[in-house]
Amino acid sequence: MNFPILSSLILLPTIGALFLLFSKDKNSNTGKYVALFTSFVNFLISVYLWYLFDPSTSTFQFVENKEWLKGFVNYKVGIDGISILFIILTTLITPLCIISVNNTIKVKLRDFLIAILVMESLMIGVFCSLDLVVFYLFFEAGLIPMFLIIGIWGGERRVYSAFKFFLYTLLGSVLMLVAIISIYWIAGTTDIVQLYELGIDTKYQNLLWLAFFSSFAVKTPMWPVHTWLPDAHVEAPTAGSVLLAAILLKMAGYGFIRFSLGLFPVASELFTPLVYALSLIAIIYASLVALMQEDMKKLIAYSSVAHMGFVTLGIFTITQQGIEGSIIQMISHGLVSAALFLCVGVVYDRMHSRLIKTYGGLVSVMPKYSILFMLFTLAALGLPGTSGFIGEFLILMGAFKDNFLVAVIASFGVIFGAAYMLWLYRRVVFGNLVNKDLLKIPDLDNSEKFILWSLAIPVLFFGFYPEPLINTIEVSVNDLIEMYNFNLNMFGPEVQK
Amino acid sequence: MNNLNLISPEIFISLSIMFLLILGVFKKNSSSLIHNLSIGFLLITAILILNKPFDSIATLFGDSYVIDSLSSLMKILTIVGGAFVLSISTKYLKISKIFLIEYPILILCSILGMMVMISSNDLMVFYIGLELQSLALYVLASFNRDQLKSSESGLKYFVLSALSSGLLLYGCSLIYGFSGSTNFNIIGNSMDSTHYGLTFGIVFILVGLAFKISAVPFHMWAPDVYEGSPTSVTLFFAVVPKIAALTVFIRFLYVPFFNMIDQWQPIIIFLSIASMIFGAVAAIGQKNLKRLVAYSSIGHIGYALAGLSVGTNEGIQSSIVYIFIYMIMNLGLFSCLFMMKRNDQYFETIDDLSGLSKNHPVLSLSLLIILFSLAGIPPLAGFFAKFYVFMSVIEQSMYFLAIVGLLSTVIAAFYYLRIIKVIYFDEKREKYDTDHSVWLKISLTLSTLLILLYFIFPSKLVEIVSSINII
Repeated sequence: MNFPILSSLILLPTIGALFLLFSKDKNSNTGKYVALFTSFVNFLISVYLWYLFDPSTSTFQFVENKEWLKGFVNYKVGIDGISILFIILTTLITPLCIISVNNTIKVKLRDFLIAILVMESLMIGVFCSLDLVVFYLFFEAGLIPMFLIIGIWGGERRVYSAFKFFLYTLLGSVLMLVAIISIYWIAGTTDIVQLYELGIDTKYQNLLWLAFFSSFAVKTPMWPVHTWLPDAHVEAPTAGSVLLAAILLKMAGYGFIRFSLGLFPVASELFTPLVYALSLIAIIYASLVALMQEDMKKLIAYSSVAHMGFVTLGIFTITQQGIEGSIIQMISHGLVSAALFLCVGVVYDRMHSRLIKTYGGLVSVMPKYSILFMLFTLAALGLPGTSGFIGEFLILMGAFKDNFLVAVIASFGVIFGAAYMLWLYRRVVFGNLVNKDLLKIPDLDNSEKFILWSLAIPVLFFGFYPEPLINTIEVSVNDLIEMYNFNLNMFGPEVQK
Repeated sequence: MNNLNLISPEIFISLSIMFLLILGVFKKNSSSLIHNLSIGFLLITAILILNKPFDSIATLFGDSYVIDSLSSLMKILTIVGGAFVLSISTKYLKISKIFLIEYPILILCSILGMMVMISSNDLMVFYIGLELQSLALYVLASFNRDQLKSSESGLKYFVLSALSSGLLLYGCSLIYGFSGSTNFNIIGNSMDSTHYGLTFGIVFILVGLAFKISAVPFHMWAPDVYEGSPTSVTLFFAVVPKIAALTVFIRFLYVPFFNMIDQWQPIIIFLSIASMIFGAVAAIGQKNLKRLVAYSSIGHIGYALAGLSVGTNEGIQSSIVYIFIYMIMNLGLFSCLFMMKRNDQYFETIDDLSGLSKNHPVLSLSLLIILFSLAGIPPLAGFFAKFYVFMSVIEQSMYFLAIVGLLSTVIAAFYYLRIIKVIYFDEKREKYDTDHSVWLKISLTLSTLLILLYFIFPSKLVEIVSSINII
């Protein structure tokens, strides 16, 4: 297989975007079909990629290596069991976002689609780049379309949110750039595969780890640098929130696994208590804040913070269950949070309000909507039978193995999660129908049904049968942990797990 | 004779200046002709430079003048910059009623001065070149003499620049006094690097040079002069003299005084850090785009200086790459400024950009790309410029400089974002005229495409620059 399948995955959406850019009509549906077509083809390619993918090895597959910055950096992409799932998540969510613009985006539809497609290219690039500089390039470039998506099509306070989003993330990332360049001068390369083999000198690891952490912590987002997320989510248009929650946040979790654990095992071991502490604060604090929210989008945004707290917790247990759980939790959260934002979007399009108190008693006017919303609410709180359960369960299992107290505190997060999600559902869907305007609103139309069902099916399917996911990631995670422990024994201080 | 052959570009440009002057005196209404001819002459000069082998080193006139890859490359940059300034500003000059024969001739004069600066290997030759370019620039700054602001900026520039030239000359005399020569090579070989006199000389000369490139704390003239001068002259100020002065910086620091790197390195690092931070912070409150460009150029010079402070060939190369990309971004930015015209009036405040994207989508998109590139966001060219600089800075473990530099890009990103916000998020205003000259469109398209597509072939520019080995 010499066909550059990963590069074509990265390039295809951009080509679609270029096509849109040079098309004449600005608001008609043709542009939408073009965008939909490209992103759907991309989805098919990525599924085909999964089919071709060999899960029995952790070496990178479909590797492409081209000289790029002469003598410094090669353009190198490739995937292993960890990255392929994120690529599929990206290619699944993007077409759904494009379908969802029907009702939400009223102005400059074409430009919006271009931004989404460019964003897709960059996100796929993040997940398959095998060189730190290339990774940084994709990671940072995503700021530009996202800034525009929030700023142009956002709500009332969109300017503030867009700026906050952009500057927070940039601030975190510049330190990572310093670290990446330092790694080049320390190890002589920024190629991840070579770096895995060479290892990085122990005495530099702590600072480098912190530099990477500053970037990923902002992006995750971890407490106390999470404040950009609720603002960005609330003001972004539905499709923007979906991309942000479903994929952008996962870049950081992916980065933790790929870089923090892979490159700096000694430092990761040292800083594990820090990550535990921040994750626990994020889980408990964000859950409590979520309970208090009156704005639905904000509530879901805070629930994202809590869920990502579980993810970071799981990653740094450095156990097979913990990391696998984190990855599945990320995939599941990608599907569920996307669906929840879309659910909010559905009622927002009808009522133009995100406040919980506007609603109540929706079940009598929108029965189909209520069923699907119920399903995703339960998935978000981790009910067995949904993909959310598998992730949270594995993470807690890993945590119990590593540290009993941490696991107990984290388990409280599950209870809080049930509390705020169910309370939200009760206030929106059940109760008396007080607001008479609600009587006029129609139930889900076909496109909305299609979007929500295409998210519901994988949530249920992987909830009952997580085998395909676990099969894909198992070997990669296992080898990652082996490499981690090996490096730790070789270079680390006398801390045995 | 061989010497004369080597400086044929300089001779050619001097002759063409005289020819154009005579032509201007004898032929009535020849502004347009002279304008076009001078662009042609500039291009011929560039071809003359390109005609020589690029990587050979030749010194002439008793070692006081040097032709090497650094000088050839920088001369070409200067000339191309000058030619672009001339070609895209025609319409602006006509509308501002300053389409006179003196304008292109003065620009040629100052380019000649810069070429002498760039090639100089001797303090006297360097000073002569510097004065020639400065004299032409004083006049250019006050070219729109009917306007109070333009005259004021010319006068301000003249007074402050004369002061800095005085300091510079004083430094030259100190160095001559303590080393016994004005020639860079002889100074380098014969000096007693422990002598305080030399250090003082270096400091005075650095102050003078820092003034010319408007590095903090010698930047005070820049915002006023940038704002007051005609926009085309501002563009010239923002780009071309900086290329020349940066070359002198390189030659002056690395040829005679490389042994004293301990003495001058902290000074350059200070200039660099101060410029980066000040350029970023002070630009936040600006309303006038030309003033904003002044502050942003102060910041950008800080990054170029960071590359210079490193003390390696890679550092020098990175700052040359930086200044090259900076030039392209500024050409693009000013092309946009020249397009903000309605009923024969040019607009230059940030508010005038309000809602531009609704009326002029293509112009706004170009501006968006240029601004993000100026902010240093990947994958645009501006990111790579910074990347190379910090690559060489971190190679020497100068982490403090790197971290301060990158943090100030975050601050700087704020004011670039603010412009983008005004363009894309704010309410729309009246349309601007769309009858732009072909050159303007070409320059905007070209610079935008270069910035946008730089990441596809990022090593081409580095390869060209890598022939420059000063140390």
